Amino acid sequence: MEELPGRKSEKTAATEALVKIRGLAKSYRRGDQVVPVLSDISLDIMPGDFTALMGPSGSGKSTLLNLIAGIDKPDSGELRVAGIDITALGESELADWRAANVGFIFQFYNLMPVLTAFENVELPLMLTGLSRSERRARVELTLDAVGLSDRLQHYPNELSGGQQQRVAIARAIVTDPTLLVADEPTGDLDRVSAADVLAMMQRLNAELGKTIIMVTHDANAAHAARKIIHLDKGEILAQPGDKGEILPEPPS
Amino acid sequence: MFPLNLILRNAFRHRLRTLLTITGLMIAVLAYGLLQTVVDAWYAGAAASSSTRLVTRSSISLAFFLPVSYSQRIRGVEGVKTVGHSNWFGGIYQEPKNFFPQFAVSDNYLDLYPEFVLPAEERSAWQRDRKGILVGRQLAEQYGFKVGDPLPLKGTIYSGTWEFTVRGIFDGSDASKVTRLAMFHWDYLNESVRKTSPRRADVAGVFIIGIDNIDSAAAIARNVDAQFANSLAETLTESEQAFQLSFVAMSDQIIAAIRAVSYVVIAIIMAVMANTMAMSARERISEYATLKALGFGPWFLALLIAGESLLISLIGGGIGMAITAPAAAAFKQAAGIFPIFAVSEDTMAAQAACALAVALVAAVVPAVRAARVRIVDGLRAIG
Ligand SMILES: Nc1ncnc2c1ncn2[C@@H]1O[C@H](COP(=O)(O)OP(=O)(O)O)[C@@H](O)[C@H]1O
Ligand SMILES: [Mg+2]
Repeated sequence: MEELPGRKSEKTAATEALVKIRGLAKSYRRGDQVVPVLSDISLDIMPGDFTALMGPSGSGKSTLLNLIAGIDKPDSGELRVAGIDITALGESELADWRAANVGFIFQFYNLMPVLTAFENVELPLMLTGLSRSERRARVELTLDAVGLSDRLQHYPNELSGGQQQRVAIARAIVTDPTLLVADEPTGDLDRVSAADVLAMMQRLNAELGKTIIMVTHDANAAHAARKIIHLDKGEILAQPGDKGEILPEPPS
Repeated sequence: MFPLNLILRNAFRHRLRTLLTITGLMIAVLAYGLLQTVVDAWYAGAAASSSTRLVTRSSISLAFFLPVSYSQRIRGVEGVKTVGHSNWFGGIYQEPKNFFPQFAVSDNYLDLYPEFVLPAEERSAWQRDRKGILVGRQLAEQYGFKVGDPLPLKGTIYSGTWEFTVRGIFDGSDASKVTRLAMFHWDYLNESVRKTSPRRADVAGVFIIGIDNIDSAAAIARNVDAQFANSLAETLTESEQAFQLSFVAMSDQIIAAIRAVSYVVIAIIMAVMANTMAMSARERISEYATLKALGFGPWFLALLIAGESLLISLIGGGIGMAITAPAAAAFKQAAGIFPIFAVSEDTMAAQAACALAVALVAAVVPAVRAARVRIVDGLRAIG
């Protein structure tokens, strides 16, 4: 590689948004009625950000997150993740893209009840070319990182909510994705477990540099993030500017 | 293998539901196999019959007799080697439920049936005794008849009680031969009838014609019937096989009903299985959506569901097939109406095909639904 263009592209990459959204719109059809959910959304999410999407119920938070995560399609607008126009990808290309680039954390954990913690975390690795022993090593390492190395053979119904969500976090990060998306990750947890999960996400962000987008309607949870984007009726109320401009207050 | 592991565990998630479905499949496949075997047994007699024999009967109906004098004229037809005759006796042994066929036969009858093997001394003993009767091995074993035993038959077509003595027990030349029958002297029957109702004497129910050349069977049959064309008692001559099938044809509707029931059984289990699979898939729609979000394709989901359906069918159908042969043996013992009652390879193949069809049909709708579910809709299904 030549030095100059290489350095130049590196520079751009460092300043370029990981998620770039321009004029994004989405509506749902209910019967013969078209219900607009998101209108003209524009925002940038930089690599290494931990962003909270806040807003009242029904404001379109989940819809926006789903679009970014590539599990839903916008009606119009631009949506690029790591430079890739994911709106242009076909169904199976998009599935491959998600497998390689997105880690999902859900409100209700969405673990496979018939699989053990170990097997649940191994699940996304089944789509990679890793050998059995490589998978085993990575799963053990990851479950160790979320503090569950003594629960490998437990089934989800043998784990507490907080533990299940930690398994889900392990599943989300085991493939080392570009982007972590979390939809109300603490919505089903008690305060202690919620704090636990949020602390873990903060660590993933701070120590491993994971880019995280988290939907929440809970101000306490949002405070764990570095930036907050407020959505109301499908529009962004306050767009975060430079880092620190809308830094949330430290959690109480 | 990973998908197999997941399929296996999914299949036994609702243990009771799965066990009930497996039981249902097992019973359905078993019932199907037994019903098909009944149909086979029905046709077995015809299939086992000889093609070197022709049967001549009244062209009107089997219930009509032919003059026994026809025997001479049939013998004169070119290609005919032997002619025998017999009458259906239809007697009752002790109780009406003890049904078995009895024939009054001409003396040369056994020469026409080499599949019935009788020791020479028993044959001559029978020929010496006017009231002697021969019983087949299967019949002898069923009622414990031994040579020398009395065998009284209460006549239905021919009134009175007929006292016979067992003079011989014949075997089948191989295991497939039906020997659940008895035969006695036509001459004895005829003499008795001549005394009581002379107008019903000197008649035969059917003539059995032995021929040398199978290829000329059709021509011989035509020539025999031509002998009696435009007479008071016209004849119908056909191969023994065709004759047996015409017997079976009388029960065509029964057989059609049995067949229909066997398919209905499969259709019912198909509906039950489809319901089970649809129910399972509906409950798991958010899991399928999650798998899709993680990057698993629609084919993977279809595989999971079809695999689960196949696994359940395989177990239920497999057990059902495995117990069909023992069940058939028990049925043969208990019912005793079908000397040949064996589950054929065709029936087993059909059972396997039914189980497979049930699995695939049951999987189609849920598999397509899971493969097509939009991820966001599937995820919202949780709450
Ligand atoms: N798949 C869908 N079909 C129809 N309407 C939907 C669908 N998903 C979301 N909506 C509607 O869009 C609006 C925003 O939903 P959502 O993004 O889930 O809001 P939030 O996550 O902020 O609570 C709501 O009015 C919801 O009913
Ligand atoms: Mg939501």
